[in-house]
Formats: sequence, C-alpha cells, structure tokens
Amino acid sequence: MTAEPMKPATLVSTILLLVLNGCAGHQQSAVDAAGPQAGRIETLFWFFLAILGAVFIIVMAAAAWTLTKRHRGIEQEPLERTHLPPPQTETRLTRVVTIATIATVVILFVLLVSSIVTGKGMAEFANSKNPMVIEVTGWQWWWQVRYQNSDPQQVLDTANEIHIPVGRPVMIRGTSQDVIHSFWVPNLHGKRDLIPSRITTEWIEADHPGVFRGQCAEFCGLQHAHMSVWVVAEPGDKFQAWFNSQLQPAPAPTDPVLQRGQQVFLNYACVYCHTIRGTTAAGQNGPDLTHFGTRQGLAANTLPNSMGNLGGWIVNPQSVKPGNHMATIAVNPDDLQPLLQYLQSLK
Amino acid sequence: MKFGIVKIAICCFVFILGGCQREHRDIQPSPTRLAIYGDAARESPLRPGGPVQPQAVVANPYNGSAYDISEGQRLFNWYNCSGCHANGGGGIGPPLIKKEWIYGGEPANLFDTIVKGRPNGMPSWGGRIPEYQIWQIVAFIRSLNGEQPKSATASRQDTLQPNPQNLMSERGGGGATK
Repeated sequence: MTAEPMKPATLVSTILLLVLNGCAGHQQSAVDAAGPQAGRIETLFWFFLAILGAVFIIVMAAAAWTLTKRHRGIEQEPLERTHLPPPQTETRLTRVVTIATIATVVILFVLLVSSIVTGKGMAEFANSKNPMVIEVTGWQWWWQVRYQNSDPQQVLDTANEIHIPVGRPVMIRGTSQDVIHSFWVPNLHGKRDLIPSRITTEWIEADHPGVFRGQCAEFCGLQHAHMSVWVVAEPGDKFQAWFNSQLQPAPAPTDPVLQRGQQVFLNYACVYCHTIRGTTAAGQNGPDLTHFGTRQGLAANTLPNSMGNLGGWIVNPQSVKPGNHMATIAVNPDDLQPLLQYLQSLK
Repeated sequence: MKFGIVKIAICCFVFILGGCQREHRDIQPSPTRLAIYGDAARESPLRPGGPVQPQAVVANPYNGSAYDISEGQRLFNWYNCSGCHANGGGGIGPPLIKKEWIYGGEPANLFDTIVKGRPNGMPSWGGRIPEYQIWQIVAFIRSLNGEQPKSATASRQDTLQPNPQNLMSERGGGGATK
C-alpha cells in the first residue's frame, strides 16, 4: 500500500489549523497578554509581524514576477551585443533601486523607534509605586518563591506557585542557586535570566484574573523541561486571604493517621531538605512544604498534585524526573500511606 | 602504513572508552545497597584476642565519576557536613584534607564512619540518607585529598559562590500586604 501524496489544499488547511491553534486563549502564550508589560510586547510583536509580513509578501511577489516574466530576446542579447539596456530603462531601474533602499531604511527606522518606545514604556513601569516584591530563586529544577517584606512576620516562603493580586505591580527579584535559569511567564512578561550571584529584576502586573504557566527558558540541565511555575492572578481580597492562610504554620494534626504521617516525615530524611513551618522540619535545600496540599502540581508542576502521583514521586523520584536532586528514600510500605495523607492534608 | 592507521584508531577508541567511567551516571540508584556494617571496614588489621583477619576490600561504586563527586560536594553542604568540617579544613570537627585518619581513610572506612558515626560528635547517618548518597560524599571527600582521578575532580569548589539568600538580604518595596 502506498501513501497517497497529500493534496495541496489539504496540506494548506492542515498547516492553517495548526497555526490557528496558537490563537486560542492559552495559559502559556505571549500573544494572549494578561498584563500591561506583556501587552506592550504583544503589540510590538503584531506590529513587527504586519510590517515584516507585508515586506516579505512584496519581495516574494516581485521575485516570482521576475522569474515568471519572459524577457524578450534575453538569450540573444550577449551574442548581438545588445545586452546594455537603453538609457530610459537604466534611469527607471536606478529610480526603483533608490526608492527600495529609502523604503528599507525608513522601515528599519520605524521598527527601531517602535522597539525603543516599547522598551521605554516597560522601563517606566519599573517606577510603579507600592509594588509587591517577590524573590524568585531558580534551583535545579524548581522555583523558590519568597514574598519579601520589611516586616519579618509578613515574609512568606513557598515554591513553584506564585499568587499575585490583579492590578498591582509586582517586582520580581530573581537569582539562581546553581546555574543560569530564566523566569518566563509569557502571558505577563518576556524572559528574565536568573544568574548566580547576581540579582535581576522584572516588573509584572496582571490586569485580569487567571492562571498562567511559566517555564524555565534557559537550558539548565537534565530536567530543564520539567521546571515550570504557575502564576495565579486573583482579585486583591482573594489574594490577601490566600496570603494570610499561607503565612500560618501548618496546623498540628489531630487525626491519628495524620499524626503518624507527621512522625514519618520527621523521622525520614525528608527533614534534611524540606521545611514544614510549625514542625521541627527546617531543611533549606528543597521546596517549602508548609502548605503543600494547596498547590496544583508537584515536582515543579511536572505532575498534577494527587495522592497517587505523590506516592510515585516519593517512592522513585528518579523515574519521574531522572537526574533530579530529590533523594530516593526507601520508605517502609506501612509508612507511605500515612505520609501521603499527611502531606495532602497540609492545606 | 595501513596497519598504523588501524592501531591509531584502536588507541583513540580505548581513550574514548576511558571517558565512559568519568561521565557514568547511575540515573536510578537503588535507595538501599548492601551495607558494609561490621568487620569489612576495620581501621586496623589488629584485633583483640584473635589472629589477624584478612580484610575484605569494599570499593566505592562511584570512584572516578565526575558526576558523583560533584553530587557529593552538593550533599556535603546540603546535609551540613560543612557545619563541622567546614569545606574540608575542619572546625568543630576534624579536617578532612589530610593523610592520617583516626578511623581510616579508605573509602570503606569513610563510609563506615558516616554510617555509624564516631565518638565526640560525629552523628550516625546510617538509615537516614540513602547509601548511594553516602558513597557520593565519600567520593567527594576522597577528591579533596587528591585520591580521585584529576580528570574527574572539580578545579574549584562551588562554595566560592555567594549564597543567593545573602545576596537577597537587601530589602525593598512595600511587601505583600498593603
């Protein structure tokens, strides 16, 4: 059986469908801006696309026209020594080339100015009053998040999920623990590299509620592809409620199974890397788990946060993200269920 | 002449094979390996009240692996070995850059010391952290003493880079609450 060659119409419509797919409102898309910063980038993108698309079409049309046009006597010209164009043609060609050159310079200049205007607008946003400061530290391969505040009681540590209030500018101060990462939430802003021993800043704001996916955009090792972050934009009061509940330490479990789970957590190697505020676990090498049960994903959002996924992740993290730095611990089967229930109960 | 080319090709191939061990990664290490508790890692061939016993040689599975040495370096800080031993120079605990070891400096001795702990402050890590990580730490400690192949040892320690949390200590902005 031989495959039939695809009809041109089918091919074109398939490609068109694939391209159109990108237009749908999406959780990770630079052309679905959810804030002023990404809006500026998106406008600039469409502006560039329109102008450069028009230039491309005109140039291609001119080239096609030249190729298909049969030049009279072109084969004979060199033989008859008549290949020098007549003076009026020469003048016309000079004029065309001059106009094309001027048009190119003008277009490039327009693009340059529009790019500078966009950059300036984004830089001015950095002078916003009363910003919220969030520190993001890239680790292989997860995001450490700290809501900074001059009042230490109001400093919040979390990981892999950032909540922001709608309509309030947020200053992201980023650095890295190990190698260069790049913080990129396309719906809110462009990429910003997180560089070891250096702080980079980015200003974002969400103008409507939504859940946006961010992704590390600088290759950072084996699990670079599985290093994502959710940004949840919420109305101010909803955000404040979330923030206040996250500030609380984990409540002491009353249920005997959960109590056992807490003991399991504290007795195993978990405590060397993870913190659960309200317990003695205060490790600083892995994500803070104080309110782990409220998060959407686990392992830097590689998997949805569910009891089954969590079990698989703890028992053999290397099967989920080969090469990651979570230790493979031999958990006693009797201890696993209480541990999972305890972690899921950390709301 | 033709024979010479074949010889060179074989030599090159052997050299390339030599690189395999350096970059070998145990991507799914088992959390438990056969522990060497007991007599396998004695510090001295002398035993009270008995004849000299031949000592079994226990090799570090991660010997000569650049990846595992660097993992060991990371864990050395993560598990706060550096809290007492500093970056190998010692402090509260004894230095680790030395030739004379109280409890033996062979890989099996170091493993045993970490697993069992030692008097006057060295805690026991056996059953706490997976054994493959202990072997990685052993590989790193051996590299401090030049007892790992130079090709697999890092030329400088990661600790020379400032801690991001210290870097961030400069406060600014209004914080999360208005």
